[in-house]
Amino acid sequence: MNLWLIPIFPLLGFLANGLFGRRIPKALVNVFAVGSVLLSFAWVVKTLLGLDPIETKYIEHYFTWIQSGTLNIGVDFAVDRLTAIMLMVVTGVGTLIHIYAVGYMEHEGGYYRFFAYLNLFMFFMLVLVLAQNYLLLFVGWEGVGLCSYLLIGFYFTEQFATTAGNKAFIVNRIGDFGFSLAVFLIVRKFGTLDFSKVFDAAKGLPVEASIGVLTTITLLLLVGATGKSAQIPLYVWLPDAMAGPTPVSALIHAATMVTAGVYMTARSAALFIKAPITMDMVAVIGLATAFFAATIGLAQTDIKKVFAYSTVSQLGYMFLGVGVGAFSAGIFHLMTHAFFKALLFLGAGAVIHGLHGEQDLRQMGGLFKHMKITASTLFIASLAIAGFPFLSAYYSKDAILVAAYAHAPWMYWIGVLTAGMTAFYVFRAWFMAFTGEYRGHAHPHESPLVMTGPLMILAVLSIFGGFIKVPHILESMFPEGPENLGLEMLSAGVGVVGILLAYVFYVLKPNLPESFAKGAGGLYTLVYNKYFVDEAYDATVVEPLIEGSRTVLWRGIDAGLIDGTVNGVGTRSRGIGSILRLAQSGNIRSYAAWVVLGSIVLLLAIGFAGDLR
Amino acid sequence: MPNAVPLSWYLILSAILFGLGVAGFIFRRNIITVFMSIELMLNAVNLTFVTFSYQFKQVDGHIYSFFVMVVAAAEAAVGLAIILTVFKNRGTLMIDDVNSMKY
Repeated sequence: MNLWLIPIFPLLGFLANGLFGRRIPKALVNVFAVGSVLLSFAWVVKTLLGLDPIETKYIEHYFTWIQSGTLNIGVDFAVDRLTAIMLMVVTGVGTLIHIYAVGYMEHEGGYYRFFAYLNLFMFFMLVLVLAQNYLLLFVGWEGVGLCSYLLIGFYFTEQFATTAGNKAFIVNRIGDFGFSLAVFLIVRKFGTLDFSKVFDAAKGLPVEASIGVLTTITLLLLVGATGKSAQIPLYVWLPDAMAGPTPVSALIHAATMVTAGVYMTARSAALFIKAPITMDMVAVIGLATAFFAATIGLAQTDIKKVFAYSTVSQLGYMFLGVGVGAFSAGIFHLMTHAFFKALLFLGAGAVIHGLHGEQDLRQMGGLFKHMKITASTLFIASLAIAGFPFLSAYYSKDAILVAAYAHAPWMYWIGVLTAGMTAFYVFRAWFMAFTGEYRGHAHPHESPLVMTGPLMILAVLSIFGGFIKVPHILESMFPEGPENLGLEMLSAGVGVVGILLAYVFYVLKPNLPESFAKGAGGLYTLVYNKYFVDEAYDATVVEPLIEGSRTVLWRGIDAGLIDGTVNGVGTRSRGIGSILRLAQSGNIRSYAAWVVLGSIVLLLAIGFAGDLR
Repeated sequence: MPNAVPLSWYLILSAILFGLGVAGFIFRRNIITVFMSIELMLNAVNLTFVTFSYQFKQVDGHIYSFFVMVVAAAEAAVGLAIILTVFKNRGTLMIDDVNSMKY
C-alpha cells in the first residue's frame, strides 16, 4: 500500500519550501505546504479504504536499519486501527490548520520558513504514528520535539519566544532521557524493539517474575510521556509554548504532538497492563494534572494561556483514561480533543488576528457583532469541551469518567469537579471576549474565509465527532469500557452548572469576579501566579544548575582544569626552553668545545665498556 | 718491514697534530686561523688513515684519505668565499663578532 508515501509528501513540501521558499512566490509556497499535507491526507484515506476493515495489523518492511548481533531494527511502518485513527486526526486536522495558517500568517515575515517547519513537523508526526518499533517511534518523537522548538521560537527576535523554545526543548530532554532508558531496558529484556514481538513476548511473561522490570520500563516510558504530553511534573513548558504562532499552538501544542504521550501509552498497553503500579501512577498523574491545570485556567487573562492550561488539563483526562485501563476512551478523547481544541486555538487566533495581536481578555469584549463566525464556532467548541450533551466531548470525556468510576469512585468525583471548572473557564473566556462592551483600542474585524472555513469544518467535527465511536472501533485491541448513563448525565450537568456560573459571573454581574478575587485573597494570588511552580522550579532546579555549571563546570573544570592543563603545558615548555636556550650561545668556539668534550666522553665510555680493542 | 718507524710514532704524531688543530680551533679568534686549524685536524686524520693502510696492507685507508682531501678542497673553496664575504660586509675577521644569527 506504499505507506511510506504518507510521510514523504510533507517531507518533500519541507524540502521544496525550505530550499527554495525564499525565491518562489507566496502562492507557490502555499501550494507546496498545503498541497503536500492534502496529498498525505488523501493517501491516508485511500490506504485506509483499501485496508478496510483492518482486522489485523498491516506491516510494511522497507529495510534493515540497525543490525548488531541478534538485535535487528528495521524501518517498518504499520497500520492498525489505533494508527488509523491517529493518521486521520493528524493529517485531517493538520490539513485544516495548514489552510488556516495561509490566512493567519499572511502578513508575517519568514512565511516560507513557517510552512517548511510545519511540513517537517507533519513528516515526523506521521513517522511517529506509523512506526512499528520503539526506535523509529523515538525518531518521530524527537523530530516533533525539534519542530516544536523551532516553531515556538519562530519569532526569534523576541527574547521570550526563544526562551520559551529553549524551555520546551530542555524540559522535553528530561522526559526523553526516561524514554531512551526505557528503550534500552526493552532491548535488554526482550532483545528486540519491534512492537509485535515485544508485546507478544510481554503477554507470555509470568506476572510474578517480570513485574519488576516491566514496572521499571513502563515508569520510564511514563517519564517520557509526561514530558511530551505536558503532565505533572513536566507540564511547565506547554503554557510558555504559546509564544509560537497560533496555528502552531493549535496543531502541535493541542491537537497532535502533545497527544503523542497518550498514543505511546496506548500503543504500549500490553506492557502497561502488566504493571498495575504504573497504571495507578498514570491515572493519578493524569487526574492531578487535569485538576491542577484547570484551577490555573480559572484565573488566566491571556486567551491563549487559558486554552494552554485547558490543553494540559484535557491531556490529564486522557492519561486518567489510559491509567484506569480505558485505553480506547483515552484515544477517543484524544480525537475529539483534537477537533475542539484545535478549533478553540484557531478561533483564539482569529480573534488575535482580528485585533492585530491583542491576546489579553481584559482588552476584548463585545466582539460578537464584529466577528460572528469566529464567535459562534468558538461557542460550539466551548460547549463541546464543557461536555454539553451530545457534543463530542460529552461522549469521550464521560467514557473516561465512567471508566474512572469503575476503577475508583473518588477519581470520578474529582474528574467531575474538573469538568465543572473546565466549563467555567472556557465560558469565562468566551464571555469576556465576545459579550459586553469592547474594552480595547483596535479595530476588530472578521477573518477571511481561508481562516473561517477551517473553523466551520472543525465546528462540525466538534459537534458530531462524538458519534465516531472510537471505543467500538478499537474493540478488537482494547476491551470496551462500561457505560453508565446516570454518571454521564451527572458530569454533563456539572458542566452546564459551570457554564451558568460563568454566565452569572461575567455577564450578569461583571463586578462579581473582582470582589470574589478580593475575597479569596491569597488563594487567588496563588492561582493567578500558577502556584508559583515556575518560580519554585527556578529556585530549586534551574538556578542551582546554572550556578553549578558556572562555578564547577565552567570556572572549575573548563577554565581551571582543562585550560589549566593546556596552558600549563605551554608555560612549562617555555620555561624549560628558556633554560636550554642558554646552551645555544651562538659562540662557535663553545660549540666546538662541547663537541670535543662529547667526543672524549664517548671515547671514555667505549673504553670502559671494553669494546676498544 | 724491518727497521721501520714504529706504528705508535705515527699515531702519536697524528694525535699531536689533531690536538693542535682542536686547540687552535677553540682558542684562536681569527677566522682564517680557525679555518687552518680545521685543515690541520683533517690532515691529522689523513695521517692516521694512511698509517693503518700501510700497516695492514690494505688500500681502503688511502681511498678514505683521498676522499677527505677532495672534501677539504671543496670546503676550502666554499669556506674562503664565505670568509671573504664576511670580511667585505663586516670589516672584521673576529669570529666572536659574527653572531647575528644567534637565537
